[in-house]
Amino acid sequence: MAAELHVALVAADREVWSGEATLVVARTTSGDIGVMPGHQPLLGVLESGPVTIRTSEGGTVVAAVHGGFISFADNKLSLLAEIAELSDEIDVQRAEQELARAKAEDDSEAQRRADVRLRAATAGR
Amino acid sequence: MGAQLRVYKRRIRSVTATKKITKAMEMIAASRVVKAQRKVAASTPYAQELTRAVTAVGTGSNTKHPLTTEAENPTRAAVLLLTSDRGLAGAFNSNAIKAAEQLTERLEREGKQVDTYIVGRRGVAHYNFRERKIAETFTGFTDEPSYADAKKVAAPLIEAITDETADGGVDELHIVYTEFVSMMTQTAVDSRLLPLRLEEVTQAGTSAADAAGAVKGEILPLYDFEPSAEDVLDALLPRYVESRIYNALLQSAASKHAATRRAMKSATDNAGELINTLSRLANAARQAEITQEISEIVGGASALADANAGSDN
Repeated sequence: MAAELHVALVAADREVWSGEATLVVARTTSGDIGVMPGHQPLLGVLESGPVTIRTSEGGTVVAAVHGGFISFADNKLSLLAEIAELSDEIDVQRAEQELARAKAEDDSEAQRRADVRLRAATAGR
Repeated sequence: MGAQLRVYKRRIRSVTATKKITKAMEMIAASRVVKAQRKVAASTPYAQELTRAVTAVGTGSNTKHPLTTEAENPTRAAVLLLTSDRGLAGAFNSNAIKAAEQLTERLEREGKQVDTYIVGRRGVAHYNFRERKIAETFTGFTDEPSYADAKKVAAPLIEAITDETADGGVDELHIVYTEFVSMMTQTAVDSRLLPLRLEEVTQAGTSAADAAGAVKGEILPLYDFEPSAEDVLDALLPRYVESRIYNALLQSAASKHAATRRAMKSATDNAGELINTLSRLANAARQAEITQEISEIVGGASALADANAGSDN
């Protein structure tokens, strides 16, 4: 069994990240799921949350993903998201402002988005 | 300067000014086509993966979902027509409108009532002028559509298709857009988005969504669904519709820019030809004027000479 899997993280309008990985952890609607090479074919609905990708070089890539799907077959994993950002693309200051604004306006959707962004940004450091 | 010559000069000046404008528009459109094409390409991986996933659920589960099963007796259909906000694009808009009208006619012959949804001011104006009913219109983003725009367009359509037909919902969803084949060829096409035709999804790459480039003739593995096949399908289909609409919007935008480029190129060429013809006419007029002046001078001189010769005697 191959010791790594090919990951493609794609947003609606671009490919965000792709490469080889040994473990991918994502949050589906029924809980966190970890996928390693050789996993059974899987198709799941993602919650908005951070996705952690352990690359084969030993590094870690964290991305904030807002809604989407995870699909795995033939050692190829695709993460489809309407919006996806890598942790180093996230502007922490802006996300914090956004969080404060969302809290003030009581916009739970925006608040969650900002929260996921912040968590992904801190996890990626 | 003679009156005739002045008229020609004035027309040459005005045609030259027009030519400058069309030339500029041609170049702007040419640069936008490239940009739009790049956007189509960038949206491809998502569309591809999504199509794959939809195919997997559709074939890999025995779930009966309202969006994948055909209504026994479809009575209402929605047609989404993609046009542009601005004209000056040759036959681009009229071709798309014509395709939509043919589709509407066909559906009506099959006994279905058609709701028309229109993107782009040109299409809206066409329908309003003929006082036809439009279910909903969307304008203002056809030059550079974003995914958020596609979502906005998709929302009422998804709602209509999930509603019961008796409550004003629809059984089928068709889309008419201009497919970007190449820089020189763009064709208006119609395709049925929902209910899904699974065999069509698998080869969607051939016609409807070349950019979506579906996986062809590949045997799909048996998937595990998380949380369940129904839930996955429920979440998947709206995204699928959105992504197909997004792709169609992008292709339509690229086609529009290509059509504008072509229309403006022929306008520029025509202006050049017109300037040539007018210059020749102006030259002939100038020459005629000179000839006339010379013959007037010669005539006057010989008249004088004749008069002098007469007085001498």
